[in-house]
Amino acid sequence: MNERPELPAPEGWEEAGPRISAPLLFLTVLVIAACGLVYELVAGTLSSYLLGDSVLQFSTVIGVYLSAMGLGSYLSKFITRGLARRFVDLQLAVALVGGFSAALLFHTYAHTHAFRPVLYALVGAVGTFVGLEIPLLMRILKGQVKFKDLVAGVLTLDYIGALAGSLLFPLFLMPKLGLVRTSLLFGILNAFVGFWSTFLLRSQLGPAFGLRLRCVLVLVCLGGGLTQAHRFTLATEEEIFQDEIILAKDTRYQRIVMTRGRGSFQLFLNGQLQFSSADEYRYHEALVHPAFAARPGGTRVLVCGGGDGLALREVLRHPEVREVTLVDLDPEMTRLAAEQPLLRELNRAAYADPRVKVVNQDAMVWLQERNQGPPFDLAVVDFPDPNSYALGKLYTTRFYRLLRRQLTKDAMVAVQSTSPLFARRSYWCILATLEAAGYQVRPYHLAMPSFGVWGFALASPAPFEVPRHTLPELRHLTDPTMQGMFAFPRDMERVPVEVNRLDNQVLVHLYAGEWRRWS
Amino acid sequence: MVLKRREFLASSLAASALACRRRRRGLPFEAAFLGPAVDLGHRLRWGELKEPSSFEPVDVVVAGGGIAGLGAAWRLAGEGFGNFVLCEMEDDVGGTSRGGLNGVSAFPWGAHYVPAPSRDNPPLLRLLREAGVLEGFDVKGEPIFGEQFLVRAPEERIHAYGQWWEGLYLKAGASPGDEAEYHAFFAEMDRWALWRDGAGRKAFTIPRWRGSDAPEVQALDRQSFAQWLDRRGWRSERLRWFLEYACRDDYGATLETTSAWAGIFYFAARKTGPGEESRPLLSWPEGNGFLVNQLRRAFASKVRPRTIVTSIRQATEGILLVHAWDEGAQRPVGWQARKVVFALPQYLAAHTIPSLWEARPEGLESFTQSPWMVVNVTLRERPKEPPLGFPLSWDNVIRDSPSLGYVVATHQALKDHGPTVWTWYQPFTGPDLKAERERMYALGVQDCARMVLADLQRVHPGIEPLIARMDIIRWGHAMVRPRPGFCWSVALQRAREPHQGIHFAHTDLSGIALLEEALDHGVRAAEEVLAALGRGGASWR
Ligand SMILES: Cc1cc2nc3c(=O)[nH]c(=O)nc-3n(C[C@H](O)[C@H](O)[C@H](O)COP(=O)(O)OP(=O)(O)OC[C@H]3O[C@@H](n4cnc5c(N)ncnc54)[C@H](O)[C@@H]3O)c2cc1C
Repeated sequence: MNERPELPAPEGWEEAGPRISAPLLFLTVLVIAACGLVYELVAGTLSSYLLGDSVLQFSTVIGVYLSAMGLGSYLSKFITRGLARRFVDLQLAVALVGGFSAALLFHTYAHTHAFRPVLYALVGAVGTFVGLEIPLLMRILKGQVKFKDLVAGVLTLDYIGALAGSLLFPLFLMPKLGLVRTSLLFGILNAFVGFWSTFLLRSQLGPAFGLRLRCVLVLVCLGGGLTQAHRFTLATEEEIFQDEIILAKDTRYQRIVMTRGRGSFQLFLNGQLQFSSADEYRYHEALVHPAFAARPGGTRVLVCGGGDGLALREVLRHPEVREVTLVDLDPEMTRLAAEQPLLRELNRAAYADPRVKVVNQDAMVWLQERNQGPPFDLAVVDFPDPNSYALGKLYTTRFYRLLRRQLTKDAMVAVQSTSPLFARRSYWCILATLEAAGYQVRPYHLAMPSFGVWGFALASPAPFEVPRHTLPELRHLTDPTMQGMFAFPRDMERVPVEVNRLDNQVLVHLYAGEWRRWS
Repeated sequence: MVLKRREFLASSLAASALACRRRRRGLPFEAAFLGPAVDLGHRLRWGELKEPSSFEPVDVVVAGGGIAGLGAAWRLAGEGFGNFVLCEMEDDVGGTSRGGLNGVSAFPWGAHYVPAPSRDNPPLLRLLREAGVLEGFDVKGEPIFGEQFLVRAPEERIHAYGQWWEGLYLKAGASPGDEAEYHAFFAEMDRWALWRDGAGRKAFTIPRWRGSDAPEVQALDRQSFAQWLDRRGWRSERLRWFLEYACRDDYGATLETTSAWAGIFYFAARKTGPGEESRPLLSWPEGNGFLVNQLRRAFASKVRPRTIVTSIRQATEGILLVHAWDEGAQRPVGWQARKVVFALPQYLAAHTIPSLWEARPEGLESFTQSPWMVVNVTLRERPKEPPLGFPLSWDNVIRDSPSLGYVVATHQALKDHGPTVWTWYQPFTGPDLKAERERMYALGVQDCARMVLADLQRVHPGIEPLIARMDIIRWGHAMVRPRPGFCWSVALQRAREPHQGIHFAHTDLSGIALLEEALDHGVRAAEEVLAALGRGGASWR
């Protein structure tokens, strides 16, 4: 450090050094205000995503932030000398703490149990620093501008900055950059303001070499962070955050998030979109009814996965169905589907139907352990896509063989099989695996806005024909459209693939490779 | 006094601080030694003091209920031969392949897998067919195994540089030099997998007796694995780590204390042909305890648990007197047998068969066994996996640790959520085995538990509150060590020869500790006995 020790200013005095450019300094107020607000929004969004209950999370974050600002303003009176220097230091502190806040919070959430303490400490620190900054700036500018202009200018720009931040955040920053990059970017902005201030305030600073070096170091740190930001982000985080989060829950098994926006609501499991209420009927009609149409008269039905109750809703349309067993891993999911008003309305209170029996267990373990009870006439297999080994096992020859043990000889099975367009090899891998497990299989597909082109497999231990007639009352399916689903265009035709087994789980690798190309 | 002190503490400000410290010292979960149950040397001496009052006549006594003893009994029963007893010291059979069970999962006490056998191993194939594991043969005549018994993906991961990576060989950060040595090593293993002697025998097979005894194969045994690598100039640190891991895992030894023959055996014997992957592994939640249960099915009523064989002597030509201690009844018992299958570890042969000392004194001392600690950690819930890095696998290895990591017992039960049992392994690999054994036995329950906890905490910092209990198993003579010169020694060869109607069967006799070897010795010894008693049918080998 080559800074000169500063002489203490006489009591009650403040330096009113040579003139500095007030308009430019006012501009820094704007940036500071925008940055502060963005950090606050990042913390609020992140905590409501990770902890659920956005109203509570946002109000606590805002509460902590505002009171910390108050604390900062109060503390500012203890800074009596070297105002300009402190101002730049504060910029750097906010830049570091705020800039890395999202990355740090994701990391804390993933690796420790200290998410809340760290969250509030971060929000508190940023709030305190920002609270310190404005009074300091006002004091720096005091001798330069008339007091009434000073107050008016600073406060106006403070509010405009906040407005800018609050508008930019949902419209541009979140959807385009995501949380981690947004906070890093604003950290850089903060640090840049600090750097710039060393020039604006040079008349009050004396030699500023050490200070500038610090600025550059902070900028380098944050820039480095920006290049590594992808390592911290959850895969589909950006997509989820576009809409208002109405529910987020970490269950023992997965992370359930519900969002609302654009006139519909969506359900995500572990960041993967499960359905949008706008077009889910297309998916669930296609999943369920062809199986019924191919071999009418089934009375005992098994649904694997599908805890949202939407496949159940379609199954229950068939009056001949006397018993439905739904096996879903997560009791929180089935409870939510039975009780949450939006979900309950969408699945038409399927869980209240006396024909439905719910089992909360890993479907594969359940199939393996089930050694009594009559066989099923029809099974609907609706698991999330095979993006992990724990899900991939539900698409193996072993799974389909275990399933077969619980079916009648000519039972029909419908399997959601990911997209034959985006993940063509994965799709055909699932079908080849069904065949290897001793099923006759017919591929079919469907187009829908939220998923694009989606694929299914219709399968049975016994030969069967393309189904012809379905229920008359459906929203999407008609007899001709149903038959049309079984015709495959050239770009989705069969490709040779390996069979997915428990001991190789080729599907997980295929799937990861194929979806990576589209994201 | 105690109460007073407590009252004092409660009223003082120091109380809370002290409570914290105490909590840190005691463990928040239960830990206990599970077995093997007895102080063996002590019992042997004690049992010898009292003579049994009578000797029950029986054709065959099988001493020891490990895989070898069970395999012998299984072979006898398979011939319709019923006049035998099997004495097992512990409360249950299985030995180092035994399985345990608690409210959360079954788990192994020791051995947890067996490589899927090729058609070169008929006895094991027969056992697997009986167990419903072998489903048939493909067009090439190779066995097909039930998918659910093969280790399911993801199989292995290694923790290094602060995160988990797929596989056991650490590819991350490998230099081109590392890569080159890695490929050179496996090219050499392929060469050995392809190698045949003049009689058309492979260099390495499981069981090993089918392999070649050509001089160039035997020559490998006269050097350590480390020396063999040195000669080839293979110094890649990560290759050596990987190979040493294999030695620790399979033999409880290091590159220096494993012969090159045994080191290469691990890799080359498990390949069907060059370029091919190693054989897939078969595993069960209870480890090889699954096969123990299958073996015993054929003769369950012949098993005498908690019966310690203390001595075997020849009375007259063709009559053996077997002394044993019945731990349940707390009295000595005896049999007058025509044949004995001795399926105990070799170090017990000296204690129990006095005449063997005179016959082959040098041989008995050449067997050395490394101690192992196996700890089954029951978890209420799995620790949260970090978002980056390879997910929880069947076998989870920590690079910077003296342990071998842990195997997830619920993996093969298809359970991916909720409570589980992790089986943690640590061999004591030092050169001085007596000191190593003392080192292990000097550790109390708390020391062991803390050691395991610290090891797991390196890779799962938040694991402590998730642990429900730890069951600690200490094997003093866990695995025979294939030190240089041993696997092809005369002493080892002679140890397999019958002595006064006593037929030997134990994995020790192969110089390497493997289920396949133990089973094969059991079947061989039983067939020797059957032949001697005039009951010889077609061989199962
Ligand atoms: C920690 C560990 C992990 C292993 N992992 C594997 C693996 O994954 N795969 C593999 O193939 N092999 C593994 N092994 C090797 C395993 O030892 C062999 O597979 C096989 O179980 C050996 O069987 P055995 O019958 O030869 O000997 P043992 O298992 O030693 O059996 C001897 C039996 O004799 C009993 N006994 C001892 N003294 C007396 C007495 N005086 N009277 C009566 N009974 C007595 C013992 O209680 C025991 O049951 C492992 C070994 C250990 C220790």
